[in-house]
Amino acid sequence: MSELIIDGEPLPFVEGQTVAAALVAAGRLSWRTSRVGRRPRGVFCGIGVCFDCLVTIDGAGGQRACLVPARPGMTVTTEEDDDE
Amino acid sequence: MTLKVVVVGAGVVGTACAFHATSAGLDVTVVDRGAVGSGTTSRGEGNILLSDKEPGPELELARLSRALWDEAGEELGPDSFELEHKGGLVVASTAEGLAALGGFAARQEAAGVRVEPVGEVRDVEPHLAPGLPGGIRYPQDAQVQPVLAAAALLRAAVERGARFHPGEVTGAVTDREGRVTGVRTAAGDVLPADAVVNAAGTWGGEVGRRLGAHVEVLPRRGFVLVTEPLPPMVRHKVYSADYVANVASSDAGLETSCVVEGTRGGTILIGASRERVGFDTTMNTAVITRLASQACRLFPFLRETHLIRSYRGFRPYCPDHLPVVGPDPRAPGVIHACGHEGAGIGLAPATGALVTAHLLGRTWRGADPTAHTGLLPNRFLTSGGAPE
Repeated sequence: MSELIIDGEPLPFVEGQTVAAALVAAGRLSWRTSRVGRRPRGVFCGIGVCFDCLVTIDGAGGQRACLVPARPGMTVTTEEDDDE
Repeated sequence: MTLKVVVVGAGVVGTACAFHATSAGLDVTVVDRGAVGSGTTSRGEGNILLSDKEPGPELELARLSRALWDEAGEELGPDSFELEHKGGLVVASTAEGLAALGGFAARQEAAGVRVEPVGEVRDVEPHLAPGLPGGIRYPQDAQVQPVLAAAALLRAAVERGARFHPGEVTGAVTDREGRVTGVRTAAGDVLPADAVVNAAGTWGGEVGRRLGAHVEVLPRRGFVLVTEPLPPMVRHKVYSADYVANVASSDAGLETSCVVEGTRGGTILIGASRERVGFDTTMNTAVITRLASQACRLFPFLRETHLIRSYRGFRPYCPDHLPVVGPDPRAPGVIHACGHEGAGIGLAPATGALVTAHLLGRTWRGADPTAHTGLLPNRFLTSGGAPE
């Protein structure tokens, strides 16, 4: 099984899984919060439409975890910057 | 006896009319063929702007409306419709543009608008492009989520006794003197009414015709782009000084002048195009491209930001670009409240208060029925009552 790095921790995945699939398979159902009320957000539509599952991948922000295939060694971060 | 009022249209203007009229103790029924706030109300950005209005009848209505939005926020809870006092920032792109903007702002200030010249615009909006010569901050500009606002206003009206009647109005019932006594709906209902308010927005021309009081209200198509959700990057409603010229323009072709603002949900909204293409909902990628490139010039970080969707709608405008608010002399009992173009959200509470003042025949919540005469429908009629 391959691994990617999420928030500094290794996360195993099966070849062909998306980043979101790997997260859900590992039991993580949410990795963002809504701005209003800080409610949990993760995979909602699963097909790239809702933009609820956004992560940063290898430094590029705003990536839809449900669309990006997991690759060995890729670096995924879920924390959001907040300038206020 | 309580005056019976039928309001045609459950957009933000119709629901504001219902809110004020029920607050004044009138018996109100709101009729709409669609869902609450599903027309033009749902196709804008939720602007409450003083900044884009030149001194005149529309600015006078906007100033009253600004105060009445605050009152509505106190009554209904500001979070129920995401009322945000974020302020506006109008940015010039050239020294000549800044001089023109300064002259415009001085006239607004003389008319009671608070204006704050800003030399270094990045001090108040840090992600703006470098090198912009300056701008004007308008602290009174605000924002609401317009569909929530329409729903909150209608809910409050219903709690005070108003009714919502789904259906399409097909005509008026009148007595022998021609005075309205009710409206007919497509389902065959007759709703009794002593007065009918035409708050049908972009469709106000057709509804007016059905009520025997046609006013010319035309659609101007506008697109709004939506980005992926981001951390807070844009604090004000930020727009280029060209927007003011476009709002007042009568040019038939495509006009774009971008307005950029964040929302509570984290997405950034980018407006605002204006095209005269009738009720044509076709996607126009040239508009999207132009709006996006203008927004990127103002805020370079947007180049790396995804657009996730766009939406479009029809801004209802009268030939002179002023709303039409007041009784129609051709059809006693019919009061128009439509044609607000791109300013309907901002102008809704004052329009509702002014309509209520006309219904009562006296001042209501600061709206004086003998003032705001520049908005009356008789400006489109000859002295004999015919359309000019």
